[in-house]
Amino acid sequence: MKARVFVTLKAGVLDPQGKAIHHALEGLGFSGVQDVRAGKLIELDLADGTGDGEIEQMCRKLLANTVIENFRIERLG
Amino acid sequence: MNSAVIVFPGSNCDRDLAVALELVTGVKPQMVWHRDAELPGGLDFIGIPGGFSYGDYLRSGAMAARSPVMRAVAEAAARGVPVLGVCNGFQVLTEAGLLPGALMRNSGLSFVCRPVELSVENSQTLFTCRYRAGERITIPVAHHDGNYQADGETLRRLEGDGRIAFRYSGEVNGSAGSIAGIVNDAGNVLGMMPHPERAVEDAHDNTDGRRLFEGLLETALA
Repeated sequence: MKARVFVTLKAGVLDPQGKAIHHALEGLGFSGVQDVRAGKLIELDLADGTGDGEIEQMCRKLLANTVIENFRIERLG
Repeated sequence: MNSAVIVFPGSNCDRDLAVALELVTGVKPQMVWHRDAELPGGLDFIGIPGGFSYGDYLRSGAMAARSPVMRAVAEAAARGVPVLGVCNGFQVLTEAGLLPGALMRNSGLSFVCRPVELSVENSQTLFTCRYRAGERITIPVAHHDGNYQADGETLRRLEGDGRIAFRYSGEVNGSAGSIAGIVNDAGNVLGMMPHPERAVEDAHDNTDGRRLFEGLLETALA
């Protein structure tokens, strides 16, 4: 069983990397970009029967720093 | 004064910190590997050095904060043992929850490596007792992720309770309130991005960091 964890910066937290990507896109002539936020995608290959609660604990204890980041879990099949 | 310096894979200021401690205290610190679940007995001080522990994987300090030795460090901190985290050590302490907030990528995106001027905001901590409040000192920084951020309530509490030990005099990395170093509620855990161990002897051309270690020694002997 696989799950994906998306880790993103909380709204309002300055994202210097997103800003740099935004500037680079503008430099390439993509003028229609309003904003860029960069995050992480972590793919987990899990034993069958791993519960939602356990994945959430993984996020809270390690995968995301909830001081500055949000996470979203997506189960795949 | 019995000291320990924690060593993670990727630490690179552990020996600098050990040299500074030996220079000031006259006693060689014990180097403790990250896999050790127990610390040596009778410690008066624990240092968490700078570097790139675990290659900064996931987030700076994130993996180190979950290593076996950090549980022992947290227990020692709860008993009141002084703990200093420098640079990556500060990142480890925030990731471990021993200090509030987080250290993010520098707002200018560049690695910053130069001497910076700091103001001593609180000279009443056991780390800063040899400085005068408001004193300007120069200490080198060398970091990519030194942009200190915390929620508004936490920042207000740090300000109100005098827990900001050092502030940058000028713009360095985008830190909220120009925060360069903070202490925990009990005052025995200090995290700071600048490297006091790199400003302790004449060969450094600057000895402004030396008094931090002298203050620790004074407290340990008191």
